[in-house]
Amino acid sequence: MKELRQKKDITGVWASLLAIVSGLLIGFIVLAICNPSQALNGIKTLLFGGFTGGIKSIGNVLYYATPLLLTGLGIGFAFQSSLFNIGGPGQFIFGAFCSLFVAIKIPIPGALGWIIPLFAAMAGGAFWALLPGILRAYKNVNIVISTIMMNYIGMYLVNSLVKNTIYDPLKGQSAVVPPSHQLPSWGLDKIFTSRSMVNCGILIAIFMAIVIYILLNKTTFGYELKACGKNRDASRYAGINEKKNIVLAMVISGALVGLGGGLMYLASAGKYIRVVDVMASEGFNGIAVALLAMNNPIGIIFSSIFMAYLDVAGFYMQTYRFSPEIVDIIVSVIIYFSAFSLLVKEYISKIELKKKSNLSKEDK
Amino acid sequence: MMDTIYFLCQQSMIFCIPLLVVALGELFSESSGVLNIALEGIMVFGGFWGILFISAFQGFMSPILCLAIAILISGVSGGLLSLAHAFASVNLKAEQTISSMALNLFAPAFCIFFARVVHGVEQIPFKNTFRWSSVPLLGKIPFIGPAFFQNVYPTTFLGIFILICSWYVLYKTRFGLRLRSCGENPQAADSVGINVYKMRYSGVLISGFLGGLGGLIYIIPTSNLFNSSVGGYGFLALTVLVFGQWKPKKIFFAALFFGFTKTLAAAYSGVPLLLKLGISDTIYKMLPYVATLLVLVFFSSKAVGPASVGVPYDKGSR
Repeated sequence: MKELRQKKDITGVWASLLAIVSGLLIGFIVLAICNPSQALNGIKTLLFGGFTGGIKSIGNVLYYATPLLLTGLGIGFAFQSSLFNIGGPGQFIFGAFCSLFVAIKIPIPGALGWIIPLFAAMAGGAFWALLPGILRAYKNVNIVISTIMMNYIGMYLVNSLVKNTIYDPLKGQSAVVPPSHQLPSWGLDKIFTSRSMVNCGILIAIFMAIVIYILLNKTTFGYELKACGKNRDASRYAGINEKKNIVLAMVISGALVGLGGGLMYLASAGKYIRVVDVMASEGFNGIAVALLAMNNPIGIIFSSIFMAYLDVAGFYMQTYRFSPEIVDIIVSVIIYFSAFSLLVKEYISKIELKKKSNLSKEDK
Repeated sequence: MMDTIYFLCQQSMIFCIPLLVVALGELFSESSGVLNIALEGIMVFGGFWGILFISAFQGFMSPILCLAIAILISGVSGGLLSLAHAFASVNLKAEQTISSMALNLFAPAFCIFFARVVHGVEQIPFKNTFRWSSVPLLGKIPFIGPAFFQNVYPTTFLGIFILICSWYVLYKTRFGLRLRSCGENPQAADSVGINVYKMRYSGVLISGFLGGLGGLIYIIPTSNLFNSSVGGYGFLALTVLVFGQWKPKKIFFAALFFGFTKTLAAAYSGVPLLLKLGISDTIYKMLPYVATLLVLVFFSSKAVGPASVGVPYDKGSR
């Protein structure tokens, strides 16, 4: 049984890798059509550009991966329970606002100065996902629709809240977080040099991924959540309280996404909430991260780093006059092909079956 | 006072019609049993090619001809993109949300990338020459004339026409009945000789056509510079569909309701009565979304969409 399970996991990885290769190939074709002479340089930059600044760049990749990891983790968690939470942008920005508000307005001494804002971020994100969860569980409101509405409401509300509480009117964005409330680097600056933007956020994010992995795979609660996702009626028949599970899944999902917002804006790297009517793109990118990893928490660690790497590399592609949107094109192709994973899995298992039957023939 | 009412009516229609058209597109797709969350991307993609055409050729032909061709181009390109979704969700039986989200990511990125290659910048400028200041004859009717037939876009009437056609096709033709049967119970449909795959392809293709077209008619009245975004209207159309309980007539009223609240949000400062209330603009901006959410709370427990939406049809399963 265990062997079977492992084999399943490995075919999943193969399917993802195949999707990545196809995505890069199509990206290369697009580059070649647009500008044949520079296409090779372009794809080289995309593959290796993330290392341009040496060890510092790798640190930056980890910094960019942090919010992606958490939004991907949160959204993937909801997916596991078949809740299509596309409310990432709303939960992300509301969590971010809560953490900034606490960090800027409330003087808390010592390490608690950044820990408590992070909890505020989780609470904010959880709160923003709570309502769609309750509406889905008790009023049968489609989760896609309610989370979209909450995205808009969150965007406008946070803009107004920032303007009225923690506003820097000169720059049109949220005020600076006092240094004592910024995230420490936990020695990561020694590894990746102090010019890198990396901080303890990535370690917290990876830790959360492991926690979620254990929660989903080693606890009764996780089993119930997945059961509800697979078959709601059967779970109810088995005595699982599916309504409670829906609400809890959404709350945890929102808390993770909100934490992502907190970690991004509490960094010392100069990120501020800008008061513009644009949704937080990190929330949507989390969907891509989760899908690429097939909602596996451990896989999400790698897929988020991969996405962040492509983002950094895409920035350097501008030296060859390619716009960085090529990265989004490639990622979308990758996701599209990962939707075919079922097909790839079937194909691989078919080949293996053939091999086995051939072997057994030889035995005879 | 009357002028204000006329203005609000005209504006509401501008917001309402694209939502209506795109929601009807989604209705076709879901009726056939395929969930199509890719409409946001399809709107961008369709709108992009249409606007590109307008931007290049609008000096050479009459506005109405230019608009008609652009509408066709937008619809066809939207339909082409939706083929990718149909292939994944019908032939490959993939998870339908995944390929949808892939297209939503792909379309704006591709359009920006392509616009940079062709134009050098990502925005495509165009001149808005499509507004009719008054429809002959109808524009002179008291009250209704100024409210609905003055300062109006031809696309408004196209939208109403599409509404009537959709209702007719879905409920009064053999094709519509077959399409809906594939969304309710594809196994049963197959057993009486209906080609489920073909029906689902048709549903998605129609939704792609209407989505692309909806993208263009959203962009034309609201800006004169296309930057590969339709402001979340593809997602809002989904809401309108649920709000409208999968029925064409109700979808129209849902779109109208949303269009009106959106108009209030955009134009309240031009209405002296509302300005005097002294409510902050954040409340107005949030109003359409909060109102929709509230309405859904009351309607959702009754609302039932097609039974097999989002479930890939596998001939072997029973």
